[in-house]
Amino acid sequence: MASGTGAATVETPTGMPEGRERKRNQNRLAEERLGLYLVLPTLLLLGVVILYPVVKAIVMSFQKDAGIDPATGMFVEGGSAGFSNYTHWLLQQCTTASGQTVSCPPGTLGSQFWDAVAVTIFFTVVTVVVEVILGMLMALVMNRAFKGRGLLRASVLVPWSIPTAVTAKLWFFMFAFDGIVNHVLGTKILWTSDAWPARFAVIIADVWKTTPFIALLLLAGLQLIPDELFEAARVDGAGAWQRFLNVTIPLVRPALMVAVLFRVLDVLRIYDLPAILTQGGGGSGHATTTLSILVVNQIRQGYNKASALSTITFLLIFLVAFIFVKFLGANVIKTQESQRKAAK
Amino acid sequence: MASVTTTGSEIQTSTPAPPHRGSGVRWGAIGSYAGIAAIVIWCLAPFYWMVVTAFRDVGYTFDTTPWPTHVTLDNFRTAFSTDLGNHLARALVNSVIIGICTTAIALIVGVFAAYALSRLQFRGKFIVLGVVLGASMFPGVALLTPLFQLFTNIHWIGTYQALIIPDISFALPLTVYTLTAFFAEMPWELEQAAKIDGCTPGQAFRLVLLPLAAPGLFTTAILAFISSWNEYLLASELSNDSTQPVTVAIAGFTGAQPHQEPYTTVMAAGTIVTIPLVIMVLLFQRRIVAGLTAGGVKG
Repeated sequence: MASGTGAATVETPTGMPEGRERKRNQNRLAEERLGLYLVLPTLLLLGVVILYPVVKAIVMSFQKDAGIDPATGMFVEGGSAGFSNYTHWLLQQCTTASGQTVSCPPGTLGSQFWDAVAVTIFFTVVTVVVEVILGMLMALVMNRAFKGRGLLRASVLVPWSIPTAVTAKLWFFMFAFDGIVNHVLGTKILWTSDAWPARFAVIIADVWKTTPFIALLLLAGLQLIPDELFEAARVDGAGAWQRFLNVTIPLVRPALMVAVLFRVLDVLRIYDLPAILTQGGGGSGHATTTLSILVVNQIRQGYNKASALSTITFLLIFLVAFIFVKFLGANVIKTQESQRKAAK
Repeated sequence: MASVTTTGSEIQTSTPAPPHRGSGVRWGAIGSYAGIAAIVIWCLAPFYWMVVTAFRDVGYTFDTTPWPTHVTLDNFRTAFSTDLGNHLARALVNSVIIGICTTAIALIVGVFAAYALSRLQFRGKFIVLGVVLGASMFPGVALLTPLFQLFTNIHWIGTYQALIIPDISFALPLTVYTLTAFFAEMPWELEQAAKIDGCTPGQAFRLVLLPLAAPGLFTTAILAFISSWNEYLLASELSNDSTQPVTVAIAGFTGAQPHQEPYTTVMAAGTIVTIPLVIMVLLFQRRIVAGLTAGGVKG
């Protein structure tokens, strides 16, 4: 990818005094080597803490969980499982005590898979849409505010700096039956135990906690837009709404897309909030069980099936990231590089 | 949020006016203040409610008076008491140990990579950037199963290393990512000058750039520490009673009655865990906002 510059310099010594050219090549090579040496420790460490577990999870996902072999009645240590751990989740194939493959009965973890997929995607779509709209409104207010800007920035950082576990407990208290939310709204909603209220409790808490992050990212994008552009649009007769659509949105788009990407990938792996706020429950008993919660529930019932599920989760997130990068992410790194060059 | 719309439409009505506008400015200002007030209340009200409840007598847990009533310090005493099997003080120490070790490792290793990524031209640079970005979005749950099995087999469950190692998986990419953005904004002419004066790239890094980079390093350290301090998923499965961090301790807080949530005690514990963080974040808010957004906008 980036090899073009390095290789080209090495091969074109013509027309240059030989000594200077060689010195330059040596510097070039020294820089190449230094660069690799400096990134090596990071890559090695990431290899140990991420790559090794991922490869191990994939290997484990193709092995049988230890247990009683239904055919012989003997305890077996596992062995190769083929794709059965994956079909267990994706095609809902459970093995009965007599060794037959049937669709997973209600109440088993296996039967919760597609519900968990649906709830995870529901959380992702709703929270990201609401957070982007609210975050944009917040950023617009912050961008216009001159006197209160310090106060705004400070208060916006407070929800962000509270640990998610504490946020979950805080909202658990506020969403209690006798709690402040029901009191203020004048309702008698079972926020943490009915299916839909529990889902929206998770969404509200997440929106409260992470909208500030989006607002800050968008504000940074807004502040890069030169005032002259708005002036020019105003002189040309564009109204406030037109200026927002035709000046603000296109120019803030890179920051917006990065914020959306970060948030989407973040909510797809959501665990803390639904696990602590609603214990993954609500209504039918698993109304807020996301994919991450399902993996944790499965761990003690068999590592290898849990590995298959976590690999599916990982692939889903990877797929979504890939789709995003295909549309916008390629310039995540390129933008940085071009700005770096422009700054020189 | 209606106030924000007011602000928007106000710009429209005052369109042709010169910089010093008459009544338009006043209405715009009022809309703007209403927007500010809405944001401040929305962000601070739940936090305020936690603190008010933390200081409220347990008999008045669900009192809805908006200002502090029945003020007491009992909840804080109960939160630190170990009579009911809660170990908040020990959990705080654990979180500090895990946070400092994770931050130190991530910073020491990451600073070299960030320097190379922001400064040097070398083959595979974009691949490394991509790997770091990808790693920062990696789902923790994908690490959990293999690590849980591995640490069970080698009897590491409940040790500090079993809690620090997984935290590096997100603290290190975060560190490299944020530092690269900070480094990309530094005055590089000084490095050139140092090189012309005869410094090697290594010397230029150590003698010229590191002192200049100190604020960025400090901010990155705070962000890495906070990310580790807030971690819950991995710690909830890989820690035991004596090594559990505050997030796990608070999530599992038990009260006197088996099925009765000790709300006021939990709010007191939450306040204790949150206040140092909030103070730190407010003290360094400019830098932290820069650190948070540098990655987003520059990247």
